[in-house]
Amino acid sequence: MILAACIAPAAVVFAAFWLLPMVRLVWLPSTVGASTYFVVLTEPRYLKSLAQTTALSIAVTVVALVVAAAVGLYLGRRQFAGRRLLLSVLTLPLSFPGVIVGFFVILIGGRQGPFASSTESMFGEPITFAYGLSGLFIAYLYFSLPRAIASFTAVAERLEHELEEAARSLGARPWHIVRDVWWPALQPTALAVGAILFATAMGAFGTAFTLASRFEVLPITIYNEFTNYANFALAASLSIALGVMTWAVLFVARRFGAPSVGAAA
Amino acid sequence: MNLQRGRVEAPVLLAITVLVTLFTVLPMLVSISAGFTANFSRGLASGLTTRWIEEVWALYGSTVWRSTLLALACVVVGLLIGVPAAWALARSTSRAARVFEELLTLPVAVPGLATALALILAYGELRGFRQSFAFILVGHVVFTLPFMVRTVSAAFARDDMQSLDEAARSLGASFPQRFLGVLIPAVAPSIVAASLMVFTLSVGEFNLTWMLHTPLTRTLPVGLADSYASMRIEIGSAYTLVFFIVILPMLWGMQALARWIENLHGTAASRR
Repeated sequence: MILAACIAPAAVVFAAFWLLPMVRLVWLPSTVGASTYFVVLTEPRYLKSLAQTTALSIAVTVVALVVAAAVGLYLGRRQFAGRRLLLSVLTLPLSFPGVIVGFFVILIGGRQGPFASSTESMFGEPITFAYGLSGLFIAYLYFSLPRAIASFTAVAERLEHELEEAARSLGARPWHIVRDVWWPALQPTALAVGAILFATAMGAFGTAFTLASRFEVLPITIYNEFTNYANFALAASLSIALGVMTWAVLFVARRFGAPSVGAAA
Repeated sequence: MNLQRGRVEAPVLLAITVLVTLFTVLPMLVSISAGFTANFSRGLASGLTTRWIEEVWALYGSTVWRSTLLALACVVVGLLIGVPAAWALARSTSRAARVFEELLTLPVAVPGLATALALILAYGELRGFRQSFAFILVGHVVFTLPFMVRTVSAAFARDDMQSLDEAARSLGASFPQRFLGVLIPAVAPSIVAASLMVFTLSVGEFNLTWMLHTPLTRTLPVGLADSYASMRIEIGSAYTLVFFIVILPMLWGMQALARWIENLHGTAASRR
């Protein structure tokens, strides 16, 4: 009785402002026709957007994991003055809205940025990298790295040195240490963080919105369908596809022991 | 043990760490200096000015307080509905409770854009609600609720909490007395940590808010996006600077407070 009364307010708010609206969103494409649910696969334009977003998210996740593992192994197993400060600077972008990250890339690699002016004085022609695939990749990497660095550093702090020392004294090559000592120790974290990074990259809207990239990602496609073309059923169908994908990746990762709550950007 | 000796890979790790640090810090520094620069494309040589910051404050100052209020409201609602739910979920062994716990995490697993579309499709017709601050608030509440509930529920689920509750009950304490006087103080550090998480998420939230806002309910991240799209680059930089000097110290202050409460709690618990 008391238990039910304690849960009731949260349940009512959740049902009224998430569950029921979501049921309606999921229902909406069927009013146009059942085939609307599959436009993301049947319509080449949307399939391309989905494929691009997935490829970008996978690439960002893999690069972020490798780079962050190196940083985490370095910071997690050394003590030096300013280590805590460095770690808090490296994880500072966790509290930045995605739009700021997009703006950073425009600031550095946009038309008015230092990269454009220095390439102009060198080659006589300004080079910008902010408005295409490379700008998106750099921006996504920027907001992905801090989360991975925080996790890998925490794991590396608890890593046993003995195994590595033993392997080394037995004459193992650096590559063997990476494969046989580091990888098994970091692999569960890599899986858990990788799922969160991938899901975050797939759904990242603010960063892509600010960059207004020529390379269209799925959240921007959904936004355009909804706002510019008032194509509600289509926008609903595409966001269901995106939601099912990110949820499935997080769900599978959780089966392997990843924490349940963590993605947000 | 000498950690440095025989570390063939250390130079590689060091180099990557240095590069990542530059990659992270340089844009922040460029952005901060651009906020003070008279003309960004001509660089610092064009002179320093606070003109852009003054313009941002006049144009967008209200978004700073609106975002702060929104985040505080989100924390208050989260505490009022989330903490009791967290306790019930920690105590209940029913299947329905597990299903609800699972459902509650969906707004985090599903992109904010989908949640925002659902809210607009369901409530867009209710003009008064659609145009009010409350419309953004409910979006932020459903998005941050899982963080509050999961964190606090984990603390309530500890074994010693069960015995604490039973001890208070055997002394004749009523449920409200036990809940407010014994159980909540016992998990205070987790509640503070969860509140901090909720505040941070709400203050920086854009994906939902961009869809849910109206010209009169612009938040800080929404204002930022607006300035990036429609103002000169110096204004965007100055606005970003305002985010750094108002919001980040606020978050640091709260983190320090949370640590202080946790230490206080730790010593009080060990004295018991």
